[in-house]
Amino acid sequence: MITATTHAAEHPAEHYPGGLMRWLTTTNHKDIGTMYLTFSLIMFFVGGLMILAVRAELFQPGLQLMKPEFFNQLIGVHALVMIFAALMPAATGFANWMLPLMIGAPDMALPRLNNWGFWLLPPAAILLTLPFTLALFGIGDGALATGWTFYAPLSVQGGMGVDFAILAVHILGISSIMGSINIIVTIFNMRAPGMTMMKLPLFAWGWLITAFLLIATLPVLAGAVTMLLTDRHFGTHFFDAAGGGDPILFQHLFWFFGHPEVYILLLPVWGLMPHVLSTFSRKPAYGYKAQVYSFIAIGLLSVVVWAHHFFTAGMPVPALIYFMFSTMAISLPLAVLFFCWIATMWKGAMTFETPMLFAVGFIVLFGIAGLTGLILADVAADAQYHHSYFVVAHFHYALFAGGIMGVMTGVYYWLPKWTGHMYSEKLGKLHFWLTVFSFNLTFIPQFFLGLAGMPRRIPDYALQFAEFNAISTLGAFVLGISQLLFAWNIWCCVRGGPKVESRVWEGAEGLEWELSSPPPHHSWEIQPVIK
Amino acid sequence: MEHVQPTPARHNRLIGKLLLMVAGAFVFAFALVPLYDVLCAATGFNGKTAGLGVGSGEIRDGFGVGGLQSAAAPAPKVDTGRTVRVEFTGTVMPGLPWDMRPLTISLDIHPGELQQVSYLVRNTSNRTIVGQAVPSVTPGQAAQHFEKIECFCFSQQTLGPGEAREMPLAFIVKPEVDRNISHITLSYAFFSIDGQRQTLTSSREAR
Repeated sequence: MITATTHAAEHPAEHYPGGLMRWLTTTNHKDIGTMYLTFSLIMFFVGGLMILAVRAELFQPGLQLMKPEFFNQLIGVHALVMIFAALMPAATGFANWMLPLMIGAPDMALPRLNNWGFWLLPPAAILLTLPFTLALFGIGDGALATGWTFYAPLSVQGGMGVDFAILAVHILGISSIMGSINIIVTIFNMRAPGMTMMKLPLFAWGWLITAFLLIATLPVLAGAVTMLLTDRHFGTHFFDAAGGGDPILFQHLFWFFGHPEVYILLLPVWGLMPHVLSTFSRKPAYGYKAQVYSFIAIGLLSVVVWAHHFFTAGMPVPALIYFMFSTMAISLPLAVLFFCWIATMWKGAMTFETPMLFAVGFIVLFGIAGLTGLILADVAADAQYHHSYFVVAHFHYALFAGGIMGVMTGVYYWLPKWTGHMYSEKLGKLHFWLTVFSFNLTFIPQFFLGLAGMPRRIPDYALQFAEFNAISTLGAFVLGISQLLFAWNIWCCVRGGPKVESRVWEGAEGLEWELSSPPPHHSWEIQPVIK
Repeated sequence: MEHVQPTPARHNRLIGKLLLMVAGAFVFAFALVPLYDVLCAATGFNGKTAGLGVGSGEIRDGFGVGGLQSAAAPAPKVDTGRTVRVEFTGTVMPGLPWDMRPLTISLDIHPGELQQVSYLVRNTSNRTIVGQAVPSVTPGQAAQHFEKIECFCFSQQTLGPGEAREMPLAFIVKPEVDRNISHITLSYAFFSIDGQRQTLTSSREAR
């Protein structure tokens, strides 16, 4: 730590470009991590505003606020923004900030690539949302209206919003692949002497599997949307039945990427959980090896289960049975993870600071996602629940409670380390309770709506669904407004607050807590040795 | 600018391997296209009827082209012990100003019997248009045993302005069809072959 600080002092701040140029040209992992996280937070609110408009339309039956075409555009772009521009950049931001600190590396292995990887994101986000603006000026008919899944043939026939989204996905994909290559090279080649793979922090393990999944599956998505693009403009017939193609093929290609994508979003969070749980239980994480092997098992299983997303598209019975059982098999390594999380807390000296509250909330709510997923994986039950609000509620338990609340856990856990200031615990706890309450208020009614037969992706619905939809909309607005507390708390913490020590939390273990808070601009220039 | 050291050789080797994986995954996506066709032809997956390949002309196999070979084949044994209900339906895809409806909605048949039905197809526009029908059979398991002897889907159809025509279809449901199958649905999608794709938007504007 001492060497690192002196070194930073030798390079006074004037040495670097200031202002905007600092951020445009930076190759420092901490700066880039900050940019990823800031971008993610902004896009979280952009995606959130879109879905609040959708929930407002669904508050009552009938069409009050918007045309069905615009409704369709909002739900599709909401999902793409939340997945590709909010959740994935947040995880990449964590990786940038924390991996070098955790494994004792001076920076990421490929700093220039890192800069480029980030700066591809804003253009992609603009491409994704630009058609909304263009439509205001009478150009085109708005954004992608196919839902985020781009299903052919609708996406082959759709307006120019589809082209914008295809190009945005290409750029986002390139950015993610570059980020993944960077993370793998960093973890493989830049660990501190003595840090063997089985001494690697679990967060790094989670990200390692994520990075490999991205490398294996994102190119397949890129290929699928490329085929879509050539079908639309260059006369090919990959998905066009008139020319001998097959629209169902698109579903196979899309979900070959799409299912691993779920674990791409969740694995970094699963990696983070044992750190938080062990810190606030003041006990080492339970079952290190079991967790590592579970990550690997889930990563491998995730690429062979894709067809459970379209059981109802028509498949031979043996295929249905295979995809049902392989999907259900994922619950085994996942159950091992749940067991390890709970066992980490077992008989620990637990305290419930904000990150711990989010971690425990995550375990409970993400458990609901897992259990409802088992129901959907059942071929016979899925025939009823497919494309209903049950599915919507299920994957929001997975991706909001699992993904976004996991990211919030990380932010509350590491924010004092990044800024050197403590945030307001009072606001943090208020944010937690409001989020958990309103999240459940939003999505529990959607389970009932789905069971009662309300299909997803419709702007209007039958009268018997009115009460649950009204409750769900109320919940969504409370949920959306409570997130302002989150942003405000972060803002205040960045601006100032009580100073924190290098070991922010009493029970925290690991190299990252050896460095000062905030860490010097250049850290671990002389790598620590792990014994 | 910050000082960025040149990338060490060990990084470059690993990056090379990872880039190969990326390229491999991209190629894999395109390799899935022919693989998927083979899978569908082998299993009847997705309602593609069993392809015979002979006389298929410009139509790719895998679309249940009967043609000469089937006509020359010995008549299969008729299984009078059970009946299967065959239902007919059809859709005209956006961009083709035609109407189509089956003249027979459904038919109870014994597996092995040769049957003939027809569709009435009408051009509602004032220009000559070429269309192509693409069939699909549900459930997928029955598709392999649904053999079309004569079908308007074997070739492109041309309809003049306002012209209406009965388009015939002769088929056999082979006796090998699974005993659990009591209903089979044959569906046609009629596509425009104008060379120029009509988007949903432009067809909306046309109306």
